[in-house]
Amino acid sequence: MNPKLKRPDLDKMPPHAQAIGIEIVGVEGRTVTVRVPYAEHLIGDPDTGVIHGGVMTTTLDNASGWAIRCHEDWTQDTSMATLDLRIDYMRPAIPNEDLVVQAECYKLTRNVAFVRGLAHQGDPDNPVASSTAAFMLGTPSGPRS
Amino acid sequence: MKILQQLREEGRAQDMTALIEHIPYARFLGIRVDRKGSEVTTVLPFRDSLIGNTMLPAIHGGAIGAMLEITSVIQLLFDSSCERLPKTIDISIDYLRSGRPQDLYGRAIVTRQGRRVANVRAELWQEEKDKPVAACHGHFLLTPA
Repeated sequence: MNPKLKRPDLDKMPPHAQAIGIEIVGVEGRTVTVRVPYAEHLIGDPDTGVIHGGVMTTTLDNASGWAIRCHEDWTQDTSMATLDLRIDYMRPAIPNEDLVVQAECYKLTRNVAFVRGLAHQGDPDNPVASSTAAFMLGTPSGPRS
Repeated sequence: MKILQQLREEGRAQDMTALIEHIPYARFLGIRVDRKGSEVTTVLPFRDSLIGNTMLPAIHGGAIGAMLEITSVIQLLFDSSCERLPKTIDISIDYLRSGRPQDLYGRAIVTRQGRRVANVRAELWQEEKDKPVAACHGHFLLTPA
């Protein structure tokens, strides 16, 4: 592993990520991998049992944020905010199978971080969804007045 | 029994509250639908499990994305009789302000409805409607199976 890599505290999961059931699988280079176990409360189509697109949105957004924290140029005390997020849905997720999401921060500039993400169910060549996101860095980290 | 078919047979094709109650993920988020005549507003009452940033605090970008997607689909189903739930092809989200720990409201407009694809725009706000928290445009697949 890159010794310069500042491993963020990925165990500090925000409440909504915990509610969805997101689990960290691992970090390799600039890529973060997470998993979402299939669960009843994530179903978006009661006729088929397919999980809702919103679960993908949350997981891709969250994993993208973590990917930025794993970039070698990331400074520990920088805060960030999602600027935009575009998601393409390639196929419905197969019911009863876990969702795996990988996100990579492929460019980090002074103000903006660019991240791509992929959601699949074990085979990255058969993706469920993909995402492209831009994050603003150095945003206020305290409550707004 | 297909949920949309069931609601239609019960004469509740435009009862979006009944539909939402059948979608586990929408129930998990706690989304409600407020209908006044032909105007449909979605409501996401604040709860702690929606938090994505505990420092600010702010609602999770994924929950905001999910709310935009559900608002879009609700409007689409309200405007037209679909055989089945529309499938999201892609969604592009702009995050405009951080979501404060307060209730979120949503409105959508179907900008074009074709035979196979519908284009929908949606917007979310909190205290002031002219200070949107997030906006999206998405494409939805309408064809059966």
